[in-house]
This record gives sequence, structure tokens and C-alpha cells, in this order.
Amino acid sequence: MTVSLPHALSVWRRNASMYRRTWMFTILPNFFEPVLYLMSIGIGLGAYVSQMGGGSYAQFLAPGLICVSAMNGASFEVTYNVFVRLTFQKTYDGMLTTPVAPEDILLGEVLWAVTRSLVYGGCFFVVVALFGLVPLPRGLLMLPLIPLAGLLFASIGIAFSLRIPAIDLFSFYFTLFLTPIFLFSDIFFPLAERLPANLLWVAEVLPLLHPVRIARHIFAGQWSPVLLWDLAYIAGFSAVLLSWASVWVRKRLTS
Amino acid sequence: MASVVEVRSVTKRFGERVAVAGIDLDVHAGSCFGLLGPNGAGKTTTLRMVYGVTRPTGGTIRVFGIDIAARPREVRARLGVTLQENVMTDEISPRDNLRVFGRYHLLREPELSRRVEELIDFLELRSHADVPVRNLSGGFKRRLAIAQSLMNRPELLILDEPTTGLDPAVRLSIWSRVRDLREKGSTVLLTTHYMDEAQRLCDRVAIMAEGAIRAEGPPLALIAQHAGEEALELDCSPEEEARLLDGFAERAKRLRAGRRLMLYVGDAAALAEHIRTRDAGDRRPLVVRPSNLEDVFLALTGTQLEGGA
Repeated sequence: MTVSLPHALSVWRRNASMYRRTWMFTILPNFFEPVLYLMSIGIGLGAYVSQMGGGSYAQFLAPGLICVSAMNGASFEVTYNVFVRLTFQKTYDGMLTTPVAPEDILLGEVLWAVTRSLVYGGCFFVVVALFGLVPLPRGLLMLPLIPLAGLLFASIGIAFSLRIPAIDLFSFYFTLFLTPIFLFSDIFFPLAERLPANLLWVAEVLPLLHPVRIARHIFAGQWSPVLLWDLAYIAGFSAVLLSWASVWVRKRLTS
Repeated sequence: MASVVEVRSVTKRFGERVAVAGIDLDVHAGSCFGLLGPNGAGKTTTLRMVYGVTRPTGGTIRVFGIDIAARPREVRARLGVTLQENVMTDEISPRDNLRVFGRYHLLREPELSRRVEELIDFLELRSHADVPVRNLSGGFKRRLAIAQSLMNRPELLILDEPTTGLDPAVRLSIWSRVRDLREKGSTVLLTTHYMDEAQRLCDRVAIMAEGAIRAEGPPLALIAQHAGEEALELDCSPEEEARLLDGFAERAKRLRAGRRLMLYVGDAAALAEHIRTRDAGDRRPLVVRPSNLEDVFLALTGTQLEGGA
């Protein structure tokens, strides 16, 4: 069955009406997270780093951390929350008694995760801008990048969620996948300066480097052809994962 | 009469396990059809195949004359399903939950709000319409679940064990709503293992066991055919049973559960008289009652049925 955007949006609306009741509690922590990061690493550790990439250490961290908040916003949504709706709450079984199809559920959840990434990443962006760490107006180009990063990690996370049998496996996803790429994706130090040249391809294969590199270029006000590769990676990897996920979601929800 | 649901030679296998083993069913427009059977008999699988979430391994299913496998969206737009488990969002109110369900059917304002308010009245949800669902009682949630499945004014309502685990007052209220819907012309297909529920609501029932239909027809006809007219119950051991029934002319169908023996006959009073005379002074309690669907159910799906079966 082909995907129906109106039905996908009804799935999106379901999540939105739930979060309309709880948004105060979910959004507020988003403001604390970047402040704590910037204070601890940027101001604390940054005091020992006189200069990084032509500016303060806090300035070096800012673009990467905005991408990470987009990644986290999308990831929590498509992992634990999707899995709970899939298995414990049977939310999707309820949707399938209506004209909503499995592919609509997939699209609706991905759109919702992108929305959450925009909320998370947007909050982070605002705080970082208030610290004076965002060059304006060119820094506003981050606003379309945040949902793109969200789309990439929504696609990866939902593909994982549709394949695992038990909720415990998400601890592997977070500790063995998201945390390592968080630490080795050009966010805390320039990869090219510290990693042996013959290992740089590993970071190129992993997803987080690509939005981070685009963000760095936006902050620096630079253009490079490598950004085309980064955009192609984000679009292509998301498309491949979502086309697999559309097969898996049907297998998982129907029999 | 036109069939709203036509199930033809349908089988469903999950790997080696046969869940549904070749069944035929017809649910006529405006009727209430009950699928009865013990847990694991294949009732829920059959329902899932009817609304198109489970695909039959063999056979065909048409709903409203449409092949459900080919055009599921079109069919589901015209039916409503209340699942065995209540599926709702705990954090939001009944009113918001109904709106969510209405949007799955692409209802728009003002129709969306109008339908929500109608169903809040119809299922008596107004007292707690704006309280988060997690604070509501089981009976209230069940009524909300039924309201959700009515958002699209379904021509066919599918109820999977609508009243399991509910108190008698809630059950009565749900039965009364189902009758109201039927009077307005809806067709109902339900599963239950409460025989009183089936007997009260259903024009026809099918009794399923191990994936097959063991009997099908109007409840009263099934009772007459499989459980005689009257039932007599007493406690006795198998040895006493032989002694007590010895010499009774009519062959009685017998069903035993532990020491409890149930006998199905045309005239239970005559049998009671016979047992009294054989029971020489031992005045054990005898219960004489009309046979009911539960007896049919036990006879067809229970463990041992002896005698004139």
C-alpha cells in the first residue's frame, strides 16, 4: 500500500496532542543541557585551551553540540518512545483498525521525531546564541540543518527499533553507537589533526560527522565541495534506511 | 440477506502452528454474530483477518463485498474495531483521545467535534471527559475504547471480548449500547467467552475450537441440538453415576467436571425422580435448570462428553 500523507499527519497529531500536555517538562531540560555543557567543557576545560580552530573552545564546541542536540531529540523519540507504542501500549495496533497503514505510521513517527529534533536543537541554538557564540545572520542557516540531522537519526533509530525484540537492546544503541560517534565526530577536537590519516574514513562512514561538518562551515561562513557529499550522505542514508524500514514496519505490525 | 462479512475456506498458519483451519462464515447485514470459543481457539486471528491486519494463508475474505486484502483502507474506513486491550493515550483526556481517533479517519471540524460530543453522550463519558485517561476506572476506559471505534459511524462494528473483566453494571450498559447500534442498522461481529453475553446479544453464534468451527447457528437452535432442553446437575463419583442412572430409559448426554456431573435431557423432572429412587435415602442436592449456551460450549469444546453424543 502506498503511503498517505494525511494519515501520516494524523499519527503526527496524536503525538503532538500528547506532548501539548507535557511540553513544559520536556522542553525545560533542553535549556539546561547546553548551559551545563558550555559551562563545564567550554568555560572549565576551555580555560586550559587558549585557542581552537581560530576562536575560543566554546566557539569551537557550539556548532557540533547543536547537531548533537538534534540527534538526541530525534533518537529518544524513535527508540524508547516508538518501542513502547509498538509493544506495550499497542498504539499502532489501534491505528491499524482505521485507514492508517503501517507505512503512514512510519512516516508520521519520523516526521514527529524531526519535529522533536527541531524543538531540542532549536532550544540549544537559542541558548548558544544568547551566549553570543552564534555568528548572525549566517548562523540562521542552522535552522534548516537541525531537522536534516534529525531526519538522519530518526531514520537510523526507527530502523533499529523495528528490528529488535526487546527494549533492553537500546542500551547498546546508546552506549555502543550514539556515545562513540558523539565523541569521535569532530565535535570536541579536529579529527583531521588527531586521527591517523588511514582511520579518517571510519568517521566519514559514521553519520554524525556530516551534519557537524556542515555546521562548522555555516559558523565559519565558508563553502566547500565536501558539503555536497555531506548533504548527499544525509539524504541518501536516510532514504535507504526508510525504504528498508517501510518493509520492516509492515512485517512487524501485520502478519 | 446481504452478507457484510463473507469468509470462505480461510486458513491461517504461523509457521507450523495452524491458528485457523479452514473456516466459512457469513455475517448478515444488521445482525449480531458471535464467535465463541476457549482462549487460543483462533477467534482473535479470525477478527484480525476480517479487518485485514492478518493475511490469510489460504481462502478469501470479503467485507462489504470488497476483497479486504486488495483494498484494506477502503474497508477500514467503514468499520470500527474495539480491540481486546484498551488502546488509548493515558496522558490525555477521553475527549482528546476521541479526537485523535477521529483524525485517523481524517474527520475535520466541525464534524470532528460534533461526533466527539455525540459519543461522549452516547457512552456516558461526560463526567470525566477532561480527566487524563490514566485516572479512570476500567469500565470507563472500556466505554471510551468502544466510543473510539465508533468515531467514523461504522457500518460494521467488531468487538473483541467487549466486556471481559468488567462489573455487571458496566456490562449491562455496554450491551444496551450494542443493541442501540443495531437498532440504527449497524452490523456487529463480536468474540466472547461469556455465554450469557452471546445469548443476549447474538442472532447467530459460531463455536470455535482449535481453529475450526464446531457448530454455527442461532443460540436457541444450538442449545436444542447439542444440549437438549433441560440440564440436571449433581455431585457424584463415576461409580455412583453408573448406579444412579442405571435403568433410566432416555439416553442422557453427560458432561463431567471433577465430581460435578451434568446431564442433558428432554425432561429433567423425570430424571430427577429416577435418581431419587436409586439414591435410597441419600438426599444429595439436584439442580434442574434450562440448558443454555454454556452447556453447548462445554459439550463442543470441553474435555469429555459421554453417552448419547
